[in-house]
Amino acid sequence: MSGARSPSYGAGKPGRGARFIEWVDERFPLSDLMREHVTEYYAAKNFNWWYVFGVLALVTLIIQLLTGIFLTMNYKPSADDAFASVEYIMREVEWGWLIRYMHSTGASMFFVVVYLHMFRGMMYGSYKAPRELLWVVGMLIYLALMAEAFMGYLLPWGQMSYWGAQVIVSLFGAVPVVGDALMEWIRGDYFISDITLNRFFALHVIAVPLALILLVVVHILALHTTGSLNPDGIEIKERKDANGVPLDGVAFHPYHTSKDLIAIIAFAIVFSAIVFFAPEMGGLFLEPPNFEPANMLKTPEHIAPVWYFTPFYAILRSVPSKGWGAFLMLAAIVLLFLLPWLDRCKVKSIRYRGFSFKLALGVFVVSFIALGYLGLMPATGLYVTLARLFTITYFAFFLLMPIYTAREKTRPVPERVVYHHD
Amino acid sequence: MINRVLLKAAAVLAAALLVPAVPAVAAGGGGPAGDPANVDVGNVASLQRGARHFMNYCSGCHSAKYVRYNQLGRDLGLTDQQLIDNLMFTAVKPTETIDIAMRPADAQRWFGQPPPDLSLITRARGVDYVYNFLRSFYVDPARPLGVNNLWLPNASMPHVLWSLQGLQRAVYEDVPGGAPKFVRFELERPGSMTPAEYDEFVRDIVNFLAYIGEPVKLQRESLGVLVIAFLLVFGVFAYLLKQEIWKDVR
Repeated sequence: MSGARSPSYGAGKPGRGARFIEWVDERFPLSDLMREHVTEYYAAKNFNWWYVFGVLALVTLIIQLLTGIFLTMNYKPSADDAFASVEYIMREVEWGWLIRYMHSTGASMFFVVVYLHMFRGMMYGSYKAPRELLWVVGMLIYLALMAEAFMGYLLPWGQMSYWGAQVIVSLFGAVPVVGDALMEWIRGDYFISDITLNRFFALHVIAVPLALILLVVVHILALHTTGSLNPDGIEIKERKDANGVPLDGVAFHPYHTSKDLIAIIAFAIVFSAIVFFAPEMGGLFLEPPNFEPANMLKTPEHIAPVWYFTPFYAILRSVPSKGWGAFLMLAAIVLLFLLPWLDRCKVKSIRYRGFSFKLALGVFVVSFIALGYLGLMPATGLYVTLARLFTITYFAFFLLMPIYTAREKTRPVPERVVYHHD
Repeated sequence: MINRVLLKAAAVLAAALLVPAVPAVAAGGGGPAGDPANVDVGNVASLQRGARHFMNYCSGCHSAKYVRYNQLGRDLGLTDQQLIDNLMFTAVKPTETIDIAMRPADAQRWFGQPPPDLSLITRARGVDYVYNFLRSFYVDPARPLGVNNLWLPNASMPHVLWSLQGLQRAVYEDVPGGAPKFVRFELERPGSMTPAEYDEFVRDIVNFLAYIGEPVKLQRESLGVLVIAFLLVFGVFAYLLKQEIWKDVR
């Protein structure tokens, strides 16, 4: 069997509930929307576990929004009170510690699932035509997420909040001509101050979340226009049955939702393990210096951003000139946007792609992780040398892509997806 | 073959997520090799002793301004009256937090800087750091208060616990062409406790500091067990549901 059609609402003798749905449908396309996006949205039956991270990102977004609302009820965005209000939440607010740890863990887990989601896209060619816009919107979500995380990290007003923000904001000083003015405009002051904290709070709780939600809706609409790809990189829309249902597709609900539920539970177990047993994650999710209140007169010995920024931070520090370092850091992100046009290979999935791409992707993964590690370490001696090496391999992956993908030796792609019933 | 590639990719990514706690080490202060604190915030007797030591020896200069006395009482199994009789030496109410009378300006004049609030000291520095710090004061006539500290060189804190530990001397070994290397401490003048007793005394204080750093730690761990147990059971049903729904997909 392929592609089960779920019964439409209101079939048979309409009961009270069905009559209510009918009433709504005459006024709002509820059933149409449900059919189009849920019960009759067909995605390939051969999705593997790499395909759960989109849903998990959505789950994490919801966790962050909900916990964020409750944190906002007790948090005080002022330089005098911010640090103490976080401790107040941790100690005095009923379940405050749980809400706060969920939010701080959620921030890191958001990046974990987004990085895995992006890597899935790279492996199976999810960014390739006709999904370029889907990829670009996804990258915009990633950018918004970075802005959201960066501004959120200032709010606890600890030492690392303060000095991390200082370092990142000072990057804007590298912009030619207007650099200094730009820095002042961002901070609203000559240094990171109460004013900066207030505006970061406003942006963190209102502006960026709104942008994020909007972008996520656009991302899902774009996905549902092109249809989801699959591990074989085959367009299932090209082969449909008499009812117009893709032969290799199954409905999002209940098929994929039942699978996603398992993924959500597995994710919740990992998430709970961190929240309840290792909320600091050994200093990676909550950095030890951030348990000291911000002190503008005392620079910490070692300033490291949170782990999800460290690959780019390592690239920044690998260049002796701040201006060029900041430029490379920006370029490292911009190149990701261009992936759909850098990749010349017609075959989408890594399953049928040539050795050159597999090797390149492997080099990219190693470079990204190594840079992430090096960004946590002090910028001295061997660490800098290694950071330079991996910066070069990181950029080589993108810049040489038009060459090594143009003449790739690919394997024939099957006509139907590979699916083993177990 | 493909599966192997995927497995390898997954392994690499998993390894990345489990990167050992590097920055924690980097933030630990980089002292000499110390001993592990081996504290246990589940040990209420130790916490009670630590609370007493803290209130007797530390709270004169150090606040713990996020800690309320009665929350302490609740977690340490003490009534308000026991709190007042044993831990509260100033005219404060059990609903108040552990503050100090020293004014920051005076502290600045006397010590060069105000003694830090200790509510979160173990979370900022780690329990091992605090444990070793309190055991590493040594006689140094060059310092204004006559003592220095191996773990926080030129610390402005006097050796408050000297009458218990005694006074020790740091023994250094010359390194050709380098800075002298610390070898060991030698007790110059014994205190009222043996070294082993003193270590236990410090351990209780550090345990108490670890507890006030995160009073909810025990509660979160016991709740965590229940949450994960529920999720595992839920997971079994979710798996069966998925198998049922997918059984006729070929």
